[in-house]
Amino acid sequence: MDYQEFLDSIDKEAYHEGEWRWEEDGYTVTRTYHYSPPGCHTSCGILLYTKDGKVEKIEGDPLDPCTNGKLCIRCLNLVESINSPDRLKYPMRRAGERGENKWERISWDEAYDEIEEKVRSIWETNGGNAIICVHGTGRNINWQVPFFGQAALKTPNISTFGFTGFACYMPRVCGAVAPFGDFPVVDASEGHPARYANPEWNPPEVLVVWGNEPLASNADGFVGHWLVPCVQMGTRIISIDPRLTWWGARADYWLQIRPGTDAALACAWLNVILEEDLYDHEFVDLWCMGLDKLKESVKDMTPEWAAPICDLDADDIRNSARLYASAKPGAIQWGLAFDQQLSAMSLCLAGCDLMAICGNIDVPGGNILLHNAFEINAGYATGEHFTPEEWRIKKLNNNFALSIDGGDFVAHASSDGLLQAIEEGFPYPIKMMWIQSSNTLSCPGMDAARLYEAMQKIPFIVNADPYMTPTSVALADIVLPVAMSAERNSARTWWTPARAMVKVADFYEAKSDEQIIVELGKRLNPEVFNQWDSDIDWLDWYLREGSGSAFATSEAADNAGIKSSGSTLFKHTWKELVEDPAMCGHAYDEFNASYNKAAKGLYRPDGSVGYGTPSGRLELTPMLYTYWGLSDTPFHVEPPEGPISTPELMETYPLILTCGGRSFEFFHSEHRQLPTMRELHPEPLVLVNPKTAEKYGVKDGQWIWIENDHGRFKQKVKLSPRVNEKTIHAEHGWWFPESKAEAPYLFGTFESNPNNCTKAFVTGQGGVGSAIKSMICKIYPVEPGDKMPYEQIAETGNFPWYKKVNSPRQDEIDRFHKAMDAGMEYEVFSNELFDPANNERFDLKTGARLAE
Amino acid sequence: MTKGILINYDYCTGCHSCEVACKKTLGLPEGEFGIKLTEVGPYEYTDKPAPDHWEWTWLPVITKACDLCMGRTTKGKMPSCVQHCQAWCMYYGDVEDLAKKMDGKTRWALLATRE
Amino acid sequence: MSEDDFFKKASVVKLDTLSDVNDIGKPWRYEEDGMTVTRTSPWSPPGCHPVGCGLKLYVDAEGRLERVEGDENNPVTQGRLCPRCIALKDYIYNPARLLHPMKRDPKDRGNADAWETITWDEAFDIIKAEYDRITAQYGRESIVVFAGTGREGGTFFPFGSMCFGTPNFCYTQSGYACYTPRLAAIAYIGGTTYPEWDYAGALPGRWDDPRYDLTEVLLIWGKAPLESSPDGFFGHAVIDAMRRGTRLIVIDPRVTWLSSRADIFLQLRAGTDTALGMAMLDIIISEDLYDHDFVSYWCYGFDELAERCSTMPPEKAATICDVPVEDIYAAARMYAAGNPAAIQWGLSADQKTNGMQHAQVIVSLMAITGNLDAPGGQLLPNSSAGHNEVGFGFDKGVGDDLLAKMVGLDQYPAYCMVILNAQADLMLKALETGEPYPIKMGFYAGNNLMSCTSMEPERWHDAIVKSLEFCIGFDTFMNPSIEASCDIFLPLKTVAERDGTVFTHYAPCTVTAGFMHEAITVGDCKTDYELCYELGRHLRPELWDKEFNFRSAKEFMEALRLGKREEGRYFDKVAENVVCQIPIEYYKYEKGLMREDGTPGFATPTGRIELWSTAFHGFGEDPLPYYEEPQFGPADPELMEEYPLILTTGARTTAFFHSEHRQVPRLRALNPDPITEINPVTAQKYGIADGQWVRLSSPFGECVQKARVSEIVDEKTVHAQHAWWFPEEEGSEPNLYGNFRSNINNLLPNFHFGKLGFGAPNKCFVCKIEPIEESYDTDMTEVWDKFGKLV
Repeated sequence: MDYQEFLDSIDKEAYHEGEWRWEEDGYTVTRTYHYSPPGCHTSCGILLYTKDGKVEKIEGDPLDPCTNGKLCIRCLNLVESINSPDRLKYPMRRAGERGENKWERISWDEAYDEIEEKVRSIWETNGGNAIICVHGTGRNINWQVPFFGQAALKTPNISTFGFTGFACYMPRVCGAVAPFGDFPVVDASEGHPARYANPEWNPPEVLVVWGNEPLASNADGFVGHWLVPCVQMGTRIISIDPRLTWWGARADYWLQIRPGTDAALACAWLNVILEEDLYDHEFVDLWCMGLDKLKESVKDMTPEWAAPICDLDADDIRNSARLYASAKPGAIQWGLAFDQQLSAMSLCLAGCDLMAICGNIDVPGGNILLHNAFEINAGYATGEHFTPEEWRIKKLNNNFALSIDGGDFVAHASSDGLLQAIEEGFPYPIKMMWIQSSNTLSCPGMDAARLYEAMQKIPFIVNADPYMTPTSVALADIVLPVAMSAERNSARTWWTPARAMVKVADFYEAKSDEQIIVELGKRLNPEVFNQWDSDIDWLDWYLREGSGSAFATSEAADNAGIKSSGSTLFKHTWKELVEDPAMCGHAYDEFNASYNKAAKGLYRPDGSVGYGTPSGRLELTPMLYTYWGLSDTPFHVEPPEGPISTPELMETYPLILTCGGRSFEFFHSEHRQLPTMRELHPEPLVLVNPKTAEKYGVKDGQWIWIENDHGRFKQKVKLSPRVNEKTIHAEHGWWFPESKAEAPYLFGTFESNPNNCTKAFVTGQGGVGSAIKSMICKIYPVEPGDKMPYEQIAETGNFPWYKKVNSPRQDEIDRFHKAMDAGMEYEVFSNELFDPANNERFDLKTGARLAE
Repeated sequence: MTKGILINYDYCTGCHSCEVACKKTLGLPEGEFGIKLTEVGPYEYTDKPAPDHWEWTWLPVITKACDLCMGRTTKGKMPSCVQHCQAWCMYYGDVEDLAKKMDGKTRWALLATRE
Repeated sequence: MSEDDFFKKASVVKLDTLSDVNDIGKPWRYEEDGMTVTRTSPWSPPGCHPVGCGLKLYVDAEGRLERVEGDENNPVTQGRLCPRCIALKDYIYNPARLLHPMKRDPKDRGNADAWETITWDEAFDIIKAEYDRITAQYGRESIVVFAGTGREGGTFFPFGSMCFGTPNFCYTQSGYACYTPRLAAIAYIGGTTYPEWDYAGALPGRWDDPRYDLTEVLLIWGKAPLESSPDGFFGHAVIDAMRRGTRLIVIDPRVTWLSSRADIFLQLRAGTDTALGMAMLDIIISEDLYDHDFVSYWCYGFDELAERCSTMPPEKAATICDVPVEDIYAAARMYAAGNPAAIQWGLSADQKTNGMQHAQVIVSLMAITGNLDAPGGQLLPNSSAGHNEVGFGFDKGVGDDLLAKMVGLDQYPAYCMVILNAQADLMLKALETGEPYPIKMGFYAGNNLMSCTSMEPERWHDAIVKSLEFCIGFDTFMNPSIEASCDIFLPLKTVAERDGTVFTHYAPCTVTAGFMHEAITVGDCKTDYELCYELGRHLRPELWDKEFNFRSAKEFMEALRLGKREEGRYFDKVAENVVCQIPIEYYKYEKGLMREDGTPGFATPTGRIELWSTAFHGFGEDPLPYYEEPQFGPADPELMEEYPLILTTGARTTAFFHSEHRQVPRLRALNPDPITEINPVTAQKYGIADGQWVRLSSPFGECVQKARVSEIVDEKTVHAQHAWWFPEEEGSEPNLYGNFRSNINNLLPNFHFGKLGFGAPNKCFVCKIEPIEESYDTDMTEVWDKFGKLV
């Protein structure tokens, strides 16, 4: 791949260089970016061809330096998505019971009236904290919805609801902020507009693709296919994955690790690199702290120790560690698997330590530390100051939910804390849920049937989405139609460059996330929202003033010492970003285009050299971990169920179940309505090794049950050597929009859902991490007459053999209810009971009476 | 001069972008393709060490629906499949020029169709 | 012509894709890299129609076959091979192959575990004792030799005539619905035998030979030559011709590789071909597109044919055949305009009750367009053609009295005489009823009738098991028919282990003669001619030692195949050529080469091509072609209520030869399960998903297959694969390797043939189809485990 040759070969006139809009063959062509819906983590340059206000064609923009005109099929199929007959056209109010799928069309004003009335009434009676504000992942709402929740709904309880242990991205974000003060991303030249032709850049010598399939998913704002040219330029591969992937098939080492044991491997790599003295002395001396403690902590964690844990060959562990350590530079592409195991925070730390001791931080072709473009940091905490203090302190965070003593280092409310509140009314009841772009029941909702039952208790639920989803049918009282990417003015500043999305079409009465938020915000909190007349006004504020925390709460950012100037470095308006021929929708900033930023003083607010950590160094044993109550050295925790922790249970459930690997056709639970996607991928597929299939009497193409001590789900067998004989891999996010909507079937959302088997409240240290990629199960063929999951759930609320996992605070919950019955009062922040009868106070956690 | 599409199929990731880009450009219905992926593997070679131990290869095949995007290329644009190939493994041009890229260092296939 | 000229080494035409480094010009056997390479030209087993593809067998110093390659010296195949020969080693050294004689107590028939290995001598002794007992009690006519297809044994008449001395050599498919109806048609209409498309196979320069004219239009009618090389024709010759400019017309109920590349594709309703052919004749005649000279000089009954075909105007045929009328016009005109043009006519002409008339219209089309015996048209054999042994040894071995007792001869002489075969349906009846006389002993000469050739296979099974007191199986592998009914098993050599000959197209119209060379020895097996020779001498020493007096088995083969008796020396001499191109001449009918008496014309009573057939007339059949609706089809609306779909069966796959090769994992992997093709619209109507198993049923029975939802067939038609059994499964009764589970012949009847005794509705029947919950998907891991480790 010769990048310059490619650039030279593009007919710039044919692609209208420097124009953001033109006429061509009867179409109006708009040069812009896609960024959701449908959901995605990245944002690629596209050319939208419209005629009579309708998008008729889409193609990639070869002049866009982000993706050079390359598009994945989710964008290529955008027209089918935008014009799908299954889309919501109007706001609707439920006309029958929940689950009956009966609706009456209402106007936006009627919808806003009803929502406003409900919200204000909850503020009066229960406080804003009794509202939960939910958003999904991958949609362009990661700052908008939290802002709306905090500033308009006035609740601190913002969440990707249903996700025990924050097990998606957050562990890596916090796990990297602590040692690095920033977030490491593989350098595939994406920081600089010259891309692969940037003379400073070179490809990684060795790329470790770890618990990640970047090609299918573009996860975490990173375009996976950026790495393929690197491989073409000579990058060698180490793949760490229980599944064979494109990477594993081309790797020098494919370590087919037992799911959930990555931390043991990481510790063993650290052991090899430190014991064999393979680390970068100069870099560590100059820029790191904590080496001795780290070295001491892993000294016994040899490859021989890790091999039986990880089910790997000790020599392969040793040799692959040497290969990574020898690379100048090496890069680690880490994935969701880091978040989805009990060792999550430990594993993220170990991963960071590996990058740091090998001197791969912020060097060309290594792991660069990226910021949001132009420090446009409107983020999760941007609206927090608009929530009244009395409600804000009642945030259902891990502090309250899981008895972890430590700082409030996560901006989300905890899913488990929310579930506890919904199920138990502890520490207070939940009265409303606002869902924007989350199909809770089909995708993120772990312990799916339990969530479904619990959510029925919420009196008022609004769901804003482009489509009618199982979640809406089952639970919503009002549904609001959301505009899709081409129908939306928006912008994105996640990593670089800053990118703009332009509205080119309308779909019935659908409104964009920004429009809905500004309009409803004006009703609920005019003081804040009246400063903006329109969605574009709000975007201009975001681009030019959108400050806050890049990563988590302001508190976390402050503690980390991250550069947070309070205002952005962007000087243009949204319209200029869109139309200025020099930008045409995108703008690169200097910070992200620079390497070795620590030496240049770019990380620290005072301009001094060093990193944005309390110590100014890369903290191999981070102080923040200690502050958060976490071990500051890496360690391995066994999955809660498995051959080592529960060998007796393996007799009943002999296979390891890993799940959630992405496919090209779908973004999580989206895209199932689209004929082209379903043509390529009609049914949920579970990968089974041929030998395993033979052993358990299942065949290729057969529907089988995958069952654990919680529940079961069915998928279609795809025999493949991609998984070993001990492991199967199931897909997530499946529902069947072509099937029956009404409850209990609900588009079949429970039929193939691995979350029938996942467990709430089972987390790792800090209440973080979940073992959903390392469960155990048995498999057997689906037989005629078998009861389907929806039938079982309809009969008893869950599977007959379901064993509910109680909250680790169950004692406190019981104590709480007794105290409430006895007329006592409860104070959330201090977690104390107060008896007004005799002025006594009790610690809810221990039950002990407190001294005056 | 005969035009063709050259594929460096060592790097094809099976992402389907060429298929769908083509389908949308030509407006093809379900079941029809202008270019269609084939997949071989995955399976192991017991006698080949990594990185050649596994075979898992994709290669797209051009069908009769393909006109090499005449309407696009005459305007100076790339064929839709080539433009959207995420793995950067497709090239369009004169077959003689394309053949020169086949360097023996990686696996290539040169596809040409009827004119 | 001297003998040396006749069996002259073929000239080599190098394939343009072949590199400059090759084995062209190598002798029949040579050494290379420590291995002995034997060039050979195989026929069977494993079964295949006699193409005699060029093969190089690489044998190591220990005498083990190391690998197989295509022989570039073969003028037709030029080094190319199909997967079945490429996988030959996996067949030969397959762990399931049987390499020694075995016996089993007749009371243990059907028990796969009751076989006991014996010596050949013991086997011959047992057979001799039973032969003597049975013939003494019931006569030699009580013996039936079950003949199959594609194997030498399936056409090895001496088994019946000389070895057992029975008139009842019997190909066990109802109505002999394979090849012979076409042979009979051309024999009775034209006094000659199979007119194969002239693909320049016999010419030294092949396609570029100055005597050859490239076929402009090739009409492929009810045939899939690429998959199967049917009737000894190397199917990929069609591709060679296409690359040179030949245009195609394809007539088939199924979309095939060729139809998808044809100028005109007529996807007709199965079984309506005769109507289509009559309409094409009508167009060609009424539009004056025929060859006036040929018709006036060499045809008989043209006016009558014209008049008859005028009763089938294209508009009528279009309705019957369910094809656009303009396509019929276009096809007729294109074929007639082709100069030259040829027809590749396939099995579909045999597999319908109205098949003889289908064959009749095809021969008429070839004739009136002047394409018979024209370069690039239809090659005809000369009067002395044929190295087929039909009739060989009959007078001495059987005798006229016994010949007259051939089952069915009295009722269906047109059938029985043309191929000297007992009529299959009446043989079934004889087995069931003992009429006209009891059938007591059987011999399988390369036939697995219960899996493949026979309709209502459970009926055949029951009849055979009940009727036969003694039965012998002679094969390479165990199969369901032998397992169910035999008491003795004899092991058969494969192509790599034997000498022999192969004449393309089953000897009629031969273009190449090939020679098989023994390259390896495996186990304790015999060829057909070796067994016939040895068994004949055991059973009938008076005849073999006194009358026949062959000095060796090889001399017997030499006599049978080459008409010489030189103790095998003549065979050895000509066999060194490996493959020979048979000298041919065009327009032989002008030169007196078609008639025994040496006069111009054809060997018919009128000396002409009898468009109005005197022979048909003599047999009591209509002398002119006529269309008859399939008995089971839309003509019976009540039947269609219950069985609404047209069922067509038996299309070939590259993986298998009929019921063979299911044990070769490399081939099985190409087609692991029995497949029924069904149109997506039809599938949706019946709730059938791609890959789902379905039950097919007809008034005669049912079976299960796996659905392939595909536009290969139209909405009214389903196509089901044939000859499925599962060697990996339990072999004992009642499972019998799953023989009756997926057997499409369960649905098809016996006793529905045409007036002359020929034809069966295998390709134009009816069925209903329903999805089933069960899956019978083949576990390829098990197949690999059982059969993948070569011995």
